[in-house]
Amino acid sequence: MKLTGAQIIIETLIEQGCKTAFGYPGGAVLNIYDELYNNAHRINHIITAHEQGAAHAADGYARATGEVGVVIATSGPGATNLVTGIANAQLDSVPLVAITGNVSTDLIGRDSFQEVDIMGITIPITKHNYFVKNVDELADTIREAFKIAKSGRPGPVLIDVPKDVQLATCEYEAVPVVEPFKMEKASEANIKAAAEIISEARRPYIYCGGGVILGKASKEVVALSEKIDAPVGCSMMGLSAISREHKNSLGMQGMHGTFAASRAMAEADVIIALGVRFSDRATGNKKKFASSARIIHVDIEPAELGKNIPAYLGIIADVKDTVTRLIDAVQEKKNEEWRKKIDEFKAREENPNFDPSDMRPFQIIDCVGKYTNENTVIATDVGQHQMWTAQRYPFKKPQTFVTSGGLGTMGYGLGAAIGAAVGTEERTVLFTGDGSFGMNLNELATAVTFNVPVIIVLMNNGVLGMVRQWQSIFYNKHYSNTTLGRKTNFKKLAEAFGADGYECNTMEEFEKAFSKAFEKGTPAVIDCHIGMDEMVLPMTPPGGTVDQMIVKKKDINL
Amino acid sequence: MKQFVISIRVLNKFGVLSRVASMFSRRGFNIDSLTVSETETEGISRMTITATGDEYTRKQIILQLNRLHEVVSIGEMPFENSLIRELLLIKVKNSGEHYQEIMDAVNIFKGSVIDYAPDSFCIEVTGESSKLNTFVSVMGKFGIIEMCRTGAVALGRGSVSLKDMDMAYLNVYKKY
Repeated sequence: MKLTGAQIIIETLIEQGCKTAFGYPGGAVLNIYDELYNNAHRINHIITAHEQGAAHAADGYARATGEVGVVIATSGPGATNLVTGIANAQLDSVPLVAITGNVSTDLIGRDSFQEVDIMGITIPITKHNYFVKNVDELADTIREAFKIAKSGRPGPVLIDVPKDVQLATCEYEAVPVVEPFKMEKASEANIKAAAEIISEARRPYIYCGGGVILGKASKEVVALSEKIDAPVGCSMMGLSAISREHKNSLGMQGMHGTFAASRAMAEADVIIALGVRFSDRATGNKKKFASSARIIHVDIEPAELGKNIPAYLGIIADVKDTVTRLIDAVQEKKNEEWRKKIDEFKAREENPNFDPSDMRPFQIIDCVGKYTNENTVIATDVGQHQMWTAQRYPFKKPQTFVTSGGLGTMGYGLGAAIGAAVGTEERTVLFTGDGSFGMNLNELATAVTFNVPVIIVLMNNGVLGMVRQWQSIFYNKHYSNTTLGRKTNFKKLAEAFGADGYECNTMEEFEKAFSKAFEKGTPAVIDCHIGMDEMVLPMTPPGGTVDQMIVKKKDINL
Repeated sequence: MKQFVISIRVLNKFGVLSRVASMFSRRGFNIDSLTVSETETEGISRMTITATGDEYTRKQIILQLNRLHEVVSIGEMPFENSLIRELLLIKVKNSGEHYQEIMDAVNIFKGSVIDYAPDSFCIEVTGESSKLNTFVSVMGKFGIIEMCRTGAVALGRGSVSLKDMDMAYLNVYKKY
């Protein structure tokens, strides 16, 4: 049948399994929005307060559901407002398809109203992108975009469609949902080599990254760790792959990783690195990183092998298939001494002075954990609250942690939480700070309008806590522009947006507020006042090693 | 630090050159020269990239280029086993007194004079980059008015071709 470009866009999105798109209308996408109007019964659209929020929502949707997130924006500022969201998805390998309108082809290159070269702008921050000049190519371009977005190491793909292409017509025929490109598989020789290295290991350690979640290999990784008796430390992106309550889980490693994970990584003799890219935040000083260990690095992206840390054995392959075969290839083993050591490391993390009634970050997170269930998605913004959540929250299931890892985007959380809640149709808890929340709190309007069950736990210390922490430790306590001194009343602000607002100064108040808000399941902001000198510890200084780890405030005389 | 030559065959799509160039700039790799041209296959262009760097840089350039969706095949052109050529156009002052010396150099380097004016010559020389470097330095003392070089193009010796690798790509990444 003959359809217009705008109709083809909507038909192809539906054909490729898109149930909800996030976006914001405008001059260059009016035709697409007209088709959204006509097809409102077939595809859901959520209009956000700002295109950045829409991009983060599509990102959060993709992370929580494992499906491709879709975002639509108009030309010019609409498109540039997506940029942070797209870069964020690129750094964390999130499958995203962004569709932007552009001015008609006869106006391209003339600095027309709301014209930008969004394809040129997004080349370095997308997995791939397109400028569609001809309506005949439109449907296949969108299909290819979905295919690229979800294949191998996923990522964002942008499609720029000029207005006249949206108006032009051509034949359209529906096709099935495109399958991702076939994944590489590890050779038998590599599996054998890896199994041999593992069998020789006396202190094996599994370093589990975001690739394990994207590759849906969590169960296999846990099974491998049990069979070879190896502790599992996660990069932040890999955190929800293994239940925090599992005996082998050491939690997060890296700059703010747990003492046990960082120590175990440093002392391991074999590191099985799965779907990780050895980011500088995860490794510290690369020259001294795990110098005593042989590293087996499994990743689907060939460019990651040896990019940051040289591997003893590099395997370019699908992590699920590789680990499944490794489980069969390795002998069951017990590493008594190593286990004892790990237990010692873990014991050193215990804090005998912990008082659950103190109004402090871990206490707040523990309290939230009492009410949430294993399916509750936890989203965060970026900063201290994010690290505290990563360190403390008892994640149980993959895809339940939605956070900005690689790009570290303050202002990511609220949009992402909305996307996650829409995608999972479950209550989502957002941990945020007053700095991050202030960046994109306009999306509270979106949450209220669509009645999205997002419960916002605002760790309000009145300062940009993470930067302040660095200023405390490395910059002679020169608190340059980090003491905000704002007079925002978040309870009233929430109410002004039509959400519920709570203000808490004690854990008793917090528990009351959170249980009520979570039970009710409508947008709420819980303003929690915490101290401005709370720190994220342990901390390995940037470019440092595990020996320089700051474990307690008194290590640095603070 | 070593110089190396990498050839890639790319789908001739809108923006492919900026995509390749952008990869270099954003990862901090330097390009010594870059040439782009049509090939025997419609829709596929060939780029020859000369760059300088250590082993890590060389590997990363290949791997990162390989990530680009429009790169169909990729190969390094080792100096000892490739035909590498570059074209130089150079305009030199014609003062009269060095006429014979310049003509001798042109003959020795198998170049040709392609334009002549009372006060200048334009000379064309083809060859490997090192040969052109030497010719340029010889001309230096006669006074170079201006010059430009195409950058290297390269093909492997023998019947093996980069094109053979296209099919592997096109089979896996069948154009949708």
